[in-house]
Amino acid sequence: MKTLSLSLLAVVVLTAACGGEDRAGEFGSDPGGTTVTLMTHDSFAISDSVWEAFTAETGVTVELLQVGDAGAMVSEAILTKDAPIADVIFGVDNTFLQRGLDAALFQPYESPNLDRVFDELKLDDDNRVTPISFGDVCVNYWIDALPGAAVPTTLEDLTNERYAGQLVVQSPETSSPGLAFLLATIVGTDDWEQFWANLVANDVSIAAGWEDAYYGEFIAGGGERSIVVSYASSPPAEVIFADPPIDVAPTGVLLDSCFRQIEFAGVLAGAANPSGAAALIDFMLTDTFQEDVPLNMFVFPASQSAALPPEFVEHTTVPIAPHIMDPAEIEANRDAWVDRWVEIVLG
Amino acid sequence: MLRVDALTVRFGGVRAVDNVSFELAEGERLAVLGSSGCGKSTLLRAIAGLEAGDGTVSVDGTDLTHAAPDHRPIGLMFQDHALFPHRTVEQNVAFGLRMAGEADRARTRRVREMLALVGLEGFGGREIATLSGGEAQRVALARALAPAPKVLLLDEPLGSLDRHRRERLIDELPDVLQETGTAAIHVTHDHDEAFAIGDRLAVMHAGKLLQVGPPGEVWEAPTSITVARVLGHTNEIVDGSATVVWRADAMIVDPTGPHEATVDRVQFRGTSHAARLRTSDGRMLRFLLDDPPTVGDDVRFRIDPARVLRFD
Amino acid sequence: MVLLPIMFIGLFFLFPVGTVVGRGLGGEGLDAVGELMRSSRQRSVLWFTFWQAVVSTVLTLAVALPAAATVGGLSDRARRVVRSLVTVPFVLPTVVVAGAFDELFFATGLDSGAFRLRHTVWAILIAHIFFNYAVVVRVVGTAWAGLDGRQAEAARVLGASRWWAWREVTLPLLRPAISSASAIVFLFSFTSFGAVLILGGPRRATLETEIYRYAVSRTDLTGAAALAVVQLAAVLALVAVSTWLERRRPAPIRMARSTPTLRSRSGRWINAVVASALLGVPLAVLVERSFSTGTGYGLGHYEALGTRVRQLPAPATTALWNSVHYAVLATALAVLIGVVASVVVVHGRSGWRRLFDLGLTLPLGTSAVTIGFGMLVALDEPPVDFRTRWWIIPVAHALVGVPFVVRTMVPLLRSIDPSIREAAAVLGASRRRIRREIDLVIGARGALVGGGFAFAVSLGEFGATSFLPRRPDDVTAPVALFRLLSTPGDLLRGQAMALAVVLMVLVSVSVFVIESSHGTTEGSL
Repeated sequence: MKTLSLSLLAVVVLTAACGGEDRAGEFGSDPGGTTVTLMTHDSFAISDSVWEAFTAETGVTVELLQVGDAGAMVSEAILTKDAPIADVIFGVDNTFLQRGLDAALFQPYESPNLDRVFDELKLDDDNRVTPISFGDVCVNYWIDALPGAAVPTTLEDLTNERYAGQLVVQSPETSSPGLAFLLATIVGTDDWEQFWANLVANDVSIAAGWEDAYYGEFIAGGGERSIVVSYASSPPAEVIFADPPIDVAPTGVLLDSCFRQIEFAGVLAGAANPSGAAALIDFMLTDTFQEDVPLNMFVFPASQSAALPPEFVEHTTVPIAPHIMDPAEIEANRDAWVDRWVEIVLG
Repeated sequence: MLRVDALTVRFGGVRAVDNVSFELAEGERLAVLGSSGCGKSTLLRAIAGLEAGDGTVSVDGTDLTHAAPDHRPIGLMFQDHALFPHRTVEQNVAFGLRMAGEADRARTRRVREMLALVGLEGFGGREIATLSGGEAQRVALARALAPAPKVLLLDEPLGSLDRHRRERLIDELPDVLQETGTAAIHVTHDHDEAFAIGDRLAVMHAGKLLQVGPPGEVWEAPTSITVARVLGHTNEIVDGSATVVWRADAMIVDPTGPHEATVDRVQFRGTSHAARLRTSDGRMLRFLLDDPPTVGDDVRFRIDPARVLRFD
Repeated sequence: MVLLPIMFIGLFFLFPVGTVVGRGLGGEGLDAVGELMRSSRQRSVLWFTFWQAVVSTVLTLAVALPAAATVGGLSDRARRVVRSLVTVPFVLPTVVVAGAFDELFFATGLDSGAFRLRHTVWAILIAHIFFNYAVVVRVVGTAWAGLDGRQAEAARVLGASRWWAWREVTLPLLRPAISSASAIVFLFSFTSFGAVLILGGPRRATLETEIYRYAVSRTDLTGAAALAVVQLAAVLALVAVSTWLERRRPAPIRMARSTPTLRSRSGRWINAVVASALLGVPLAVLVERSFSTGTGYGLGHYEALGTRVRQLPAPATTALWNSVHYAVLATALAVLIGVVASVVVVHGRSGWRRLFDLGLTLPLGTSAVTIGFGMLVALDEPPVDFRTRWWIIPVAHALVGVPFVVRTMVPLLRSIDPSIREAAAVLGASRRRIRREIDLVIGARGALVGGGFAFAVSLGEFGATSFLPRRPDDVTAPVALFRLLSTPGDLLRGQAMALAVVLMVLVSVSVFVIESSHGTTEGSL
C-alpha cells in the first residue's frame, strides 16, 4: 500500500509540475520585450549585480540558459535553429565560429560599443558575431618540478629529452584546449607532424579532457608530470584559489605555445526579442560587464576601456604574440588535421 | 546403525530439539508422532546436517556430528517435496546419482528403476509443474531413494495428499523401503500413518522424545499423560490428585450406567458416529457409537475400566 | 493505466530520439549509416563497444554474485545497510572516480610498467565493475533473500557440495534476477562514457564516445545521427535476443519460509574484503581529499559549500538541494511508470509484454547525447513545448530509472505462486484488486529497490542533464562538481571533493530510507 501512496504522490506532484505555475514562464514568447534569453555554456559566470545593473538600465531581465560545453552548445543551437531557445548566444569561440556562420545561426548586429573592442579580435566583417572576451590556451609548467629547474621557452623545447615524460596534453578529438594546442603547433612549428612525432618519442601523455590532464597527471592534482596544456589564466587561478593562501603562482606559462581563443556573442536568427538581444550585446561590451569577466571566467575582456582587476593582472602574463588562425581555415582543415594527429600520436 | 545421542538444537532461547537420544537398526523404520511445532522437523534437519546442534549423530559407528549434509549417507524427503522446478522428473531423480559421480548408463538405469519402484514409469520427461500432488510425492521419494542412502528421513511425506492417495502410499511405502532395505525415520502427526509404517513408534512433544517402543505397546500403555493425549485420549477428568483419561471408544452406552450426559452434536463417520456429550457440570466428552443418538437426548453410559488410564 | 508508460516513453523517448535522428540524417537517410559501417574504424569501435560490455558484465557478475549471496543471508537491517552503501558509486561523476583510480594507480605503481592498468582496457573494466557492483548485489541479492532455501538443502542432502548446490539449484532459480541485472550492467557498460574516455585513454573509443565526438567536437550531426542509429539498432537487437532467450517463463518459485541457515562466516569476510578493496579504497581517497585543507585536516571545504564561488551559478548547497528535489520527482515518476509497466510485462498479452520490456529498456542503452539533443529538438512546439522547463531534467532522469524498477520488480512478480492469486480470487478479489493486494504488495519490495536505484541514478546523472538547458538556479550537484573541477586551485578542488562526499552520504541515507519504507519483512510474506 505504501507503493500505491507513493504512486499517488507522484501523480499529484507531476500534475502540479506540469499544470502548475512554471518558475519563469516560457522562453521565446515575450514579444513585449521585458525578457531576453541568453544561451551559453556551463563555464559562463557573471556577478548577480551586473545583471541587476542591466535590468535597472533597460528594464529588461536576462534569463540565462546553460547547456554543456561550447561544442555541445553550438550543436544544440544548430539543431534548434528553426525554433531557437534563446535570443542571444554567448561562448562560441573562434574554433567553432565558422560552423555557426555556415549554419546561418546569427543575424548581423553592429553594436555601437564595438569601437571599444581590440581590432584583432573582430573576425567577422558582417558583424554576425561580436567579440566579448578572449583567453589563451598555453602550455603551463609547475615551476618547482621542472627537471633541472630549466624553464622551456619554445614549443620545440618540449621535444627536448630533458622534458621526456613531463608533458601531458588533451586529445583534440574530445577536448577544446586540446584542439587549440594542436592548432598552435600547426601555426607555431615548421613541421607540425614531425613535431608531434618528436613529442611522442619524448613520451607525451594524452588525456581525454582538461580535468584529467590537469588534475589526473599534472603535479597540481597529485600526478607526476610537470608540464600541461592549460590556459594563460591558470596561474592566477592557482593563486586566488590557493589553500593555504600563497603570494606567487606555482605555475608558469610557456608563451611561445599559446593559441588565442576569442569568445563571441551573437543574436540568434529568429530571436523572439531582437531589440532586447541587441541591448544585451551592447551591455556585454560596457565596462560594467567587461570588468566582471576576468575573475568570473578567467579570460580577458575584449574591450580596451575595461580595467583589469589587480589580483588578475598581478599573476597573469598576457602572451604578446599568441598563435592565431582564421576560423574558415580551421573549419576547412580541422577534421583532416585531427585525423592526421590521431595517426601520428595514437596510431 | 544410526545412533543419535543427546541431540539438542536451540533457536534463540528455545530448545526445538531437547536432549534426544535413540538408535535405529539396519532396515528399521521408526515413526515419530507428534503435533505440529513439537520439533520433529527440526530433529530430522539436525540428523541430516542442515541444522547445527549439540550432541552426536553417528552411522555405523562413524561420527557424523560435524559432517556436511553432502557427506552423510542420509536422505531427506521434504515436507513439500522441494523438487527442483527447473528440472524434469528424470533430472530430479538423477540429481543425487550425478552428485555421487555415477556413470551415465548406470544412472539412467537406476532412474528408470526408481521411477518403476514408485509407479511412475514413463514420467521421466515431465516438467515438475505439471505433476499432481501424489505424483510429486512419488518423484520426491524416488529422488530421495535413488542414491541409496542408509537412512531415509521422511518429513510428513504424505501430509499434502488426499485420503485415497495417502492410503495407497501408506500401503506402498513400507514395501518400497523394505525392498531397498533402507532404514527410515518417518515423521507424522497422523496415528494411522505412524502405526502402519513404523516398526517402532516414538512420541515427540516439546522437543523431547517422550516414549519409544513397539506401536502396540505405546498405544496400549502410554507412560505419561502427554503421550496419552497425543495418542487420542481426548476425554479427561480430574479425580482428586489424579487425572483420568480415556479414548472415545472406551465409553459404552448403558441405561444402567453410572453417568449421564446430554447429546450435544453427532457426526457421521462412516463406520460409526462421533457424538459429543455435555455433562451437567459443562464438561465435553467424546463417544464413538454405532447407533446415532438424537441431539438433545440424555444418555446414560459407563466407561470400560480396563481402558481408562490414570496418571497421578 | 497501460497508456501511462506508453505515453511516457513515446513522448519523452521515442519521439525525441526519432526526431533528432531523422533531422541529423537529413536527406542522406540510412545511406549515412551504411557509409559509416563501411569504415573499418567504426566497425572496430562497434566490436570493442560490444566485447568490453560483455566482459564487463561477466566480470561484474563474477565479483558481485558471491556478495549477493552473502547479502541474501544477512538480517533485514544489515541487508538494507549494505544495499544503501553499495549505491554510492552511482552518484559519483566519472571524472571524480577516475581521478581516484588514477591516484591509486600512481600510488601502487600501476600507472606504468608491466602491470600497467592506467589507460588500458583493464582500467575500463575495473571501473565498470566499480560502478555496476551495486546493480548485481541489489537486484540479485533481493531475489536471493526471497528464495526458498529448501531446494538448495535438498540438493545438499542428495550429496551436492555447497558449490554444486549453488550451481545446480540456486543459480538456475535466480536466473531471472541474474539476467535482469546482467541486462542493466551490459547496457550501462555499452553506453559508458567517462570511464572509457578518461580511464581507457585516448586510444579507446566506444559508440557512446564516438557519438559525443561527432555531435559535440566535430559538429557532424549526420555522423552522430548515423552512429545513434547503429547504437539503437545494436541495443534493440541485443535486448531482443535476450528477451528471446528468456522467452520460457521461469517456474514460479515459492517464497521463502526458511532462508538457508547454512552460511559460511568466512564467505562473509571474503566479500567484505573484496567490497572494501573495490569500492572502499577509491572512495576513501575522495574522503581523505575532502578533509585535507591547506592547514591540515578540517571541515573547511564543507563549510565552503554554503557560499557561492564565482565558478558556480549558485552555491553548492543550492545545487545539492536541486539534485535532491529532482531525484525525489524522478524516483516517484520512475516508480509509478515502472510499477504499471511491470504488471503489464508480467500479466499483459504477450505482444504488449515483449514491446514493453523492449521499449522501457531502450533508454538505458541510448546515448545521453541522443536523449538530451532529442528532447531539445522535438519538444519545441505547443502542446509539447517542454524543452526549457525545469522538470524536463527529472523526466530525463526517470527515463533511466524506469528500467531499474521494471527489472527488479518483474522477477519478483513472476515468482509469485499462481495459487496465491487464485486464493485471492476465490476470496472474492477482483482482478484489479488482486493486482493491488497481491502483486503490488509483494512487488513493492522490488519497486522500492528499483526506486532506490532511480534515486541514485538521478542524483548522479551527468549525461542528458548536461545537454539540457538549465537556468543558473537549477544547477544540479554533478554539474556543479564538474564546474568546480574545471578551474585550477586547491580550494575549488577541495570543495568539489566535499561535494562528492556529501553526495555519497546523501545517496546512501536516502536509499536506506526509501527501502525502509516497506513495512513487511522481506523474505517472508
